[in-house]
Amino acid sequence: MKPSLADLLPGQRGQVVSIDCERQLSRRLMEMGLLPGTRIRVVRTAPLGDPIEIRVRNYSLSLRRAEAAKITVTREAVP
Amino acid sequence: MTATALAPQVLIAGNPNSGKSTLFNALSGGSAHVGNYPGVTVDRTSARVQLGAQDIKLVDLPGMYSLTAGSLEEQLAVNAVIAEDTRAVVCVVDATTLERGLYLALQLIESGVPVVVALNMMDSAERIGLRIDTERLSQLLGSPVIPVVATKRRGLAALRAALDQELGPSSGAAKPKVDYPPELEADVATLIPLISQWRPASHPRQLRAFALWCLLSLGDDSLRDVPDAVRQAVQRVREAAHVQGRNSDLEIVAARYAWIDHAVDQACSTNGRRPRWSERIDRVLTHPFAGLLVFAVVMFGIFEALFAGAEPLIDGIERFTEIIQAQTSAMLPAGVLRDLIVEGIIAGVGNVLVFAPQILMLFLFIGFLEDSGYLARVAFVIDRVMKGVGLHGKAFVPLLSGFACAVPAVMATRTIERRRDRLVTMLALPLMSCSARLPVYILIAGTVFAGQSLGWFSAGAVALFSMYVLSVLFTLTAAALIRRTVLPGPAPTFVLEMPAYRWPSAQILWVNAWRRLRVFLVDAGTIILAMTILLWALLSFPKSADVTEHYAAERDRVEQMALPAAAKTESLQSLRDREAADQLANSFGGRFGHAIEPALRPIGFDWQIGVGIIGAFAAREVFISTLGVVFGIGEANEEAKPLRQALRDARHSDGTPVMTPLSGVSLIIFFLLACQCMSTIAVVRKESGSWKWPVFLFSYMTVLAYVVSFAVYQGGRLLGFG
Repeated sequence: MKPSLADLLPGQRGQVVSIDCERQLSRRLMEMGLLPGTRIRVVRTAPLGDPIEIRVRNYSLSLRRAEAAKITVTREAVP
Repeated sequence: MTATALAPQVLIAGNPNSGKSTLFNALSGGSAHVGNYPGVTVDRTSARVQLGAQDIKLVDLPGMYSLTAGSLEEQLAVNAVIAEDTRAVVCVVDATTLERGLYLALQLIESGVPVVVALNMMDSAERIGLRIDTERLSQLLGSPVIPVVATKRRGLAALRAALDQELGPSSGAAKPKVDYPPELEADVATLIPLISQWRPASHPRQLRAFALWCLLSLGDDSLRDVPDAVRQAVQRVREAAHVQGRNSDLEIVAARYAWIDHAVDQACSTNGRRPRWSERIDRVLTHPFAGLLVFAVVMFGIFEALFAGAEPLIDGIERFTEIIQAQTSAMLPAGVLRDLIVEGIIAGVGNVLVFAPQILMLFLFIGFLEDSGYLARVAFVIDRVMKGVGLHGKAFVPLLSGFACAVPAVMATRTIERRRDRLVTMLALPLMSCSARLPVYILIAGTVFAGQSLGWFSAGAVALFSMYVLSVLFTLTAAALIRRTVLPGPAPTFVLEMPAYRWPSAQILWVNAWRRLRVFLVDAGTIILAMTILLWALLSFPKSADVTEHYAAERDRVEQMALPAAAKTESLQSLRDREAADQLANSFGGRFGHAIEPALRPIGFDWQIGVGIIGAFAAREVFISTLGVVFGIGEANEEAKPLRQALRDARHSDGTPVMTPLSGVSLIIFFLLACQCMSTIAVVRKESGSWKWPVFLFSYMTVLAYVVSFAVYQGGRLLGFG
């Protein structure tokens, strides 16, 4: 099974495979540039463990783990 | 008005944090008119601007990532774009987040409206090593792309010139052609006949854009004015696509981003990435330990400023109002007209103005947090806590402000994006123990707990502290319950851009805070003024002729007595105070207090407290001065010994004391939970856009206050207290 965005640790990079959540949210994520094939990097976790911050298309986006868990990604090997 | 309607309209659109409002202010020179879009509570900021030979109306649209709409608020932007008088759109794109900004620009260009792209923050882009060939980008988009730095007012002349040209005859530049999959094109083709019936006058390009917009927007929306035929057709097309294993949303968005990726490839280059300042700052501000510390310090600073810093200003306004009242009283002959002016109108204006310092301060703070980028980090840091009760991380600052005053706090919910999240927050936060409740707590605790202690602490201090803890618990519980019952729906999603840190412009902070205050003074202020006058009338009429006659006779009697001057003055003053008390008891408010006494007895109050509660609707602390009048002791504050004594001496008809420690606790809890504040009602009316929500707020808080006070009082009696 492929990992979800919530499984990536801070510093890890990956590529979006699919977004499987409620339509409003998936549409919004897509329109903000998170599409299959888009490269992402997890930057950090909030001090209290949730949400997480990711880097996508040159900007930072934060989303809750529950939402990140619905985004399937591939994990890139750390160089 | 006619001239305004005729002026061609130019919209300013852009992502949140793209510097859109800064550019609007730079182009309009700070002069702006704030109105409301009909039906929704979104500000409509516009300004008249001279451009070349003509006058245009510049409209600042709300920040958005796309034109796709699911709610009425999001639909505003589309309606504005397709409005007949809209001649052009300035799309502000943050050069450092070019791709996402171009998504909106591309959508606007597709819609057929002339677009000028203002490529903002070019200086930041250069600093991080990003080079953008604006000419190439302009060719690709078929629309002028003008590099600007809105904060430094760079590039404005070129922007104006480009806009002026776009308002003239079309240049005929080739528009971008997004490569949608053939299946999707077929779907669009089936929708176009229906769309052209809905929008008969549209250009073929517009029809196509509209079909795409419908495919992306309709389905789970709450939009109005969409013909059923279009809805059904869109649903059929989407379902058919789904059966084929296609996702129309993905097809549309992915095709647009594919075009953007291609364009960015051609027009942009990076010469080595340099670390961003923002990233370094974030290492501290979102650090597990340092981040929480900074958060606590900043929040405490805001709290302290609202709570203590605004105090002298508020006192000043109150004192000024009193002076004006005294001066006016001295100038006018005694009578109903004078009372109306002094106790109704001037007091009402004072009741409105008194909120100005906290509103201005809170909006300066919020503006600073928002424009600097820290507000998104506040939400990021605290969201975990807010999520537990179904709130958004951005609800934290409004809730915290509720400790100072619910009025600016309700206004601060505007930073929360979704209407449902905003409503939940504004309906729960009036339960936070605001500073106007404090004098009431002090009066009552000082009356019933004088000198008593619980272990090491004074009983009064324990009661006071408990109120603050209780208020937080009740607020969070109410939020969770309102979310589950009254405003059900999906949990708030937390998808929040964390913008790069920037130093905010003082001028813009000031302009925005001032605008907010002005809107409050005009809109909520009118309601507060009207309610003050109404309340004054309730507590002043009808005047009893018997009482007037009786005290006139009494005064004559005192005047004729052989007494020293000082004693005479004192007796006369005491007569005046007692007359006021008797007149109040006879007024509508006084009679109402008597009428509801049977309902108040089970929670430990009598009719006099009831009248105080009615008076307190003007503002909670007015409870004290109303009680002063009720007990016939004239002016009073929360430390006043005569008032405390009068409260302690008050007896029910059966001779038992009214104020016991138990009834005191019941009264304090009642004040903690009841919505004893017409200004909160007025501002919730303004911010929610209908009377439905303030009525709900008032009802649920009153019921809650009554039930909890009842449980405390009756439970306490069963346990043998009081």
